[in-house]
Amino acid sequence: MEHITTNLGYPILSTLIFLPIAGAVLLLFIRRSNATLIKWTSLIVSVITFILSIPLFTHFDKSTYTMQFVEKHAWIPSWDVMYYVGLDGISVLFVLLSTLVTILCVLISWDAIREKIKEFYIAILIMEGAMIGVFCALDFMLFYLFWEAMLIPMYLLIGVWGGPNRIYAAVKFFLFTLVGSVLMLVGIIVLYFYAGKTFNILELMSMTYPYTMQVWLFWAFFAAFAVKVPMFPMHTWLPDAHTEAPTAGSVILAAVLIKMGAYGFLRFSLPLFPEASKAMTPAMLVLSVIAIVYGAVICLMQTDLKRLIAYSSVSHMGFVTLGIFALNTQGVEGGILQMINHGIITGALFLSIGIIYERTHTRKIADYGGVATVMPVYAAAFMVFTLASIGLPATNGFIGEFLIILGGFAARQWAGVLAATGIIIGAGYMLWLYQRVFFMEVNPKVAELSDMNGREFLALIPMIILIFWIGVYPTPFLGFMHETVSHLLERVNTGSGMEIKVAEQIIESIK
Amino acid sequence: MNYYLLIPFLPLTAFLINILFGKKYLQERAHWVSILAVAGSWVVAVATLLEVLKGKTVNENLYTWVLSGSFEVSIGFLIDQLTTVMLIVVTTCSTLIHIYSVGYMHGDKGYYRFFAYLSLFTFCMLMLVMANNFLQLYFGWEGVGLCSYFLIGYYFNKKSASDAGKKAFIVNRFGDFGFGLGIIVIFLTFGTIYYEPVFTQIGGVAAQTISFLGYEVNLATLIALLLLCGAIGKSAQMPLHVWLPDAMEGPTPVSALIHAATMVTAGVFLLARCSPIFSLSEPAMVVAALIGAITSIFAATIALVQNDIKRIIAYSTLSQLGYMFLACGVGAYTAGIFHLYTHAFFKALLFLCAGSVMHAMAGELDLQKMGGLKKYMPVTYATMFIASLSISGVPGLAGFFSKDEILWLAYAGPSPVGKFVWAIGTIVAFLTAFYSFRLIFLTFHGEFRGTHEQEHHLHESPKSMTIPLMLLTVGAVASGWVGIPNLLGEVIGIEHSNWFSGFMNPVLGHPEAHGTHAEEWMLMGISVLAGLTGIGFAAVLYLVKKDIPVTLAQKFSMIYKVLWNKYYVDELYSYTIVRPTLWISKNILMGITDARIIELIVNGVPRAIGGVSQHLRKVQTGLLQHYAAIMATGALIIGAWILLR
Repeated sequence: MEHITTNLGYPILSTLIFLPIAGAVLLLFIRRSNATLIKWTSLIVSVITFILSIPLFTHFDKSTYTMQFVEKHAWIPSWDVMYYVGLDGISVLFVLLSTLVTILCVLISWDAIREKIKEFYIAILIMEGAMIGVFCALDFMLFYLFWEAMLIPMYLLIGVWGGPNRIYAAVKFFLFTLVGSVLMLVGIIVLYFYAGKTFNILELMSMTYPYTMQVWLFWAFFAAFAVKVPMFPMHTWLPDAHTEAPTAGSVILAAVLIKMGAYGFLRFSLPLFPEASKAMTPAMLVLSVIAIVYGAVICLMQTDLKRLIAYSSVSHMGFVTLGIFALNTQGVEGGILQMINHGIITGALFLSIGIIYERTHTRKIADYGGVATVMPVYAAAFMVFTLASIGLPATNGFIGEFLIILGGFAARQWAGVLAATGIIIGAGYMLWLYQRVFFMEVNPKVAELSDMNGREFLALIPMIILIFWIGVYPTPFLGFMHETVSHLLERVNTGSGMEIKVAEQIIESIK
Repeated sequence: MNYYLLIPFLPLTAFLINILFGKKYLQERAHWVSILAVAGSWVVAVATLLEVLKGKTVNENLYTWVLSGSFEVSIGFLIDQLTTVMLIVVTTCSTLIHIYSVGYMHGDKGYYRFFAYLSLFTFCMLMLVMANNFLQLYFGWEGVGLCSYFLIGYYFNKKSASDAGKKAFIVNRFGDFGFGLGIIVIFLTFGTIYYEPVFTQIGGVAAQTISFLGYEVNLATLIALLLLCGAIGKSAQMPLHVWLPDAMEGPTPVSALIHAATMVTAGVFLLARCSPIFSLSEPAMVVAALIGAITSIFAATIALVQNDIKRIIAYSTLSQLGYMFLACGVGAYTAGIFHLYTHAFFKALLFLCAGSVMHAMAGELDLQKMGGLKKYMPVTYATMFIASLSISGVPGLAGFFSKDEILWLAYAGPSPVGKFVWAIGTIVAFLTAFYSFRLIFLTFHGEFRGTHEQEHHLHESPKSMTIPLMLLTVGAVASGWVGIPNLLGEVIGIEHSNWFSGFMNPVLGHPEAHGTHAEEWMLMGISVLAGLTGIGFAAVLYLVKKDIPVTLAQKFSMIYKVLWNKYYVDELYSYTIVRPTLWISKNILMGITDARIIELIVNGVPRAIGGVSQHLRKVQTGLLQHYAAIMATGALIIGAWILLR
């Protein structure tokens, strides 16, 4: 068992998980007609949750890989299920991202959601609690509970407040993820019995499993995580879900939900099945590279704003899985950072699309043109997100992608080289999109649009700040990861002895 | 804090002020912020030059930028002789062009935005040349590319302008693809990407080979060629030259600053900065020399027949950049940088003069609609005439010294392709003089061929534009005097007259040259003769026998058509790269793989699990309870099986 440290005097993680849920319960008692109060309550709850999560950033001990802010209570003793939560360098940033993104989602839905307002905000807040729960859980049963609980509000967000084809998209989303999850559940149960009936994740991680079992379980977990990421070829639910979801749904989906797949690989697949993970590396790298190139090329011909960004997510998440399965420091750290980055950038892109969709009610790229002339401030913000998305230096996207390509190249040269082509195509589709929407002659359909209002601007500002902060000075963010990642890689690479030191490795190959 | 930090950060401050407050508060006064900042940078750059002249150099880190495992890189600054030359070139040109823009951009509704971008560009360019490591170089590199994108597409309501900006960015990404991989290989080889340790260790690994994608290649050659990719993109060399002519869609001051004097020379700067790497790889050097030579003649021939005043100068820039590549490729880095430095003055001047002409002609670019402008715009005429003399290599002017040094070192140096590239360079010298004076004669001499309205409007540009022209003329004439060949210096009684070469020696080394004085005199004579003949031909064809060009174009209509269409390179790329990619995206990936194959397989998995496929439709009820029930049942069955087996 790992040594456990406690950083604060109060149970911060439980507060973060249950405060939004309590907020949702509170909303139940507000009268349906009082929309203003409902919105303000949700906003205040989400802001308080965010403020309460800040100590995670300031009080996290970066010098250790052990779990922090830990809480552990017996829950179902007969099955040895515990309420066991904690954070380490891999998960801490995602909790912060979740609390931030929820505020922005509330802000962006302010005027956009006009029906079933109460239920909408209840779903958002429950979603927040479940997401934080997923990242904090250290007990497999608890993890699985949050993991599945998350599906329901998301399913409702798409199915109730979505676009014209929402039912199809919602069912597709639900079925895809459910099938994957069930296989993971099987894996969890197998582990439970093999390890002597414990769901304690840290305990399970300290054991070694026979190779064949590792391979089977690796693929069982893979089913759940790969669908969530989504990895090629399990990605087809994502464009549908993104396109039909309301803005807030798309933002949560892009910023947090699809990160859980990659998070799962890091939290479970690598430490639980190190030998299998290493053996499966080539397959994982191939799938990642296909996702990068395939996702990017398919973006070129999209005619729907949200679909384009959805496919670009497939490409960018390909970078993330590439980094993770490079299994070296730069790759994994780059991968984790890129998960945060992608959450910020793509979250911001969906927020932006929501802002203009609210005015035009069309997602067709051809319906736009010359928006920079009528909405200059909005155009400037969108430009920042575009640049971050194509990995321009001084934005966060560059740091993540560079580290990933570096790690990928060190692991397998072809992987790094092919991944780098994704950056060329990325510039192609994003700049083309920007040109068609913002440049050229003003399309009469958008000629009368008003620029962003204060609320919308407020929703984008945190993203812009984070993009440049991480791009110019990423040390505070990368600093969270160093100890945890090196510990993780030590475990993965124990079989072959030492952590792969990329520089030495290549010098040897030079001879 | 060190004073040199002001050089890049003053323009950055100006950018932030203008972009945040320009629209609301500064408006027509936006230029003050930018001009004061860049002039301040110039002052500090001159102070830095004085320090470096005393022998002081700087190599310091500001703060750690990226740290991950053994990968560590800082924002850091290296100021040596090479950096200083670039600082002077960048801040001088930038300051003058900022001032010129006050007149040129007067009344434009994006006035503040224009100056904001110019300042941002200056910041990025200065970060590029002052970097002490490859990643910061890459930062500046992409940063200047971004500003180029913004400024080419400055008139973004025009489709052609926004197309051109996008094209410039994407074509450059192709080059940066190689550049980025080069940085990665450097890190994996040396464990660091700071210049200093890399350049000191490169000698030790030069003979080593590395397996790259299954091929055994020499390590130095691999690194050099990957870096060369970036240089080719940024300096618009073949085959990535296609973006630069289109970049003329931007306002003319932008063409002068970014697409002539500074940004496009970043590739040459990269070759010079990495000379310790390139010098170890003969194949990479030969490739650089050949690409430079081919680009220079390729662009010069296209320039012969074009009628767009800015595009002619753009092709001329391509051609001169080819010269610089050629110089670096034969190991004459000093000569390459020397030409970069003189070229910055006379080429910026040419562009600004063209801008002045456009200003008078209300935006007209077609040479055939000009003529006889010299009596209306004497200052523009005189300065552009001198700039053209300089680029043609007329003795005594800046272009002569740098061009002559390149040609001599190509001929006399150790490069296996030296004589070949010298021959091409000499032909190009002739072509350059010819098309430069074709432009002069068609624009300023003869009768005015435009409309009456245009003729009525003709006027000399305001002082804010003509004064920078005159100052740049001083550069176009005198900037070469710091590098008078020793051969000539002896004649006029100055010892070690090639002071520039001596100054750069600590960074770029001394180029090898084996030849007699007689040979050197002879080559100098040939290149001068080539230039003068070119001017003479242009005078005959466009001043005396004006019917000849038309007859020639008709007689050799095939060649004329190929040149007019720029050798059809754009069309080639469109049909081999752009269209096939889009076709695959639409018809294969979207139409077949995603919509049919994957949907079929993936939807088939739940079918297989569910057992009977017809039931699936019933399962898709959209009712959550059903899914939950299925999930629970499945889990129960599996759990039971494990428990009971």
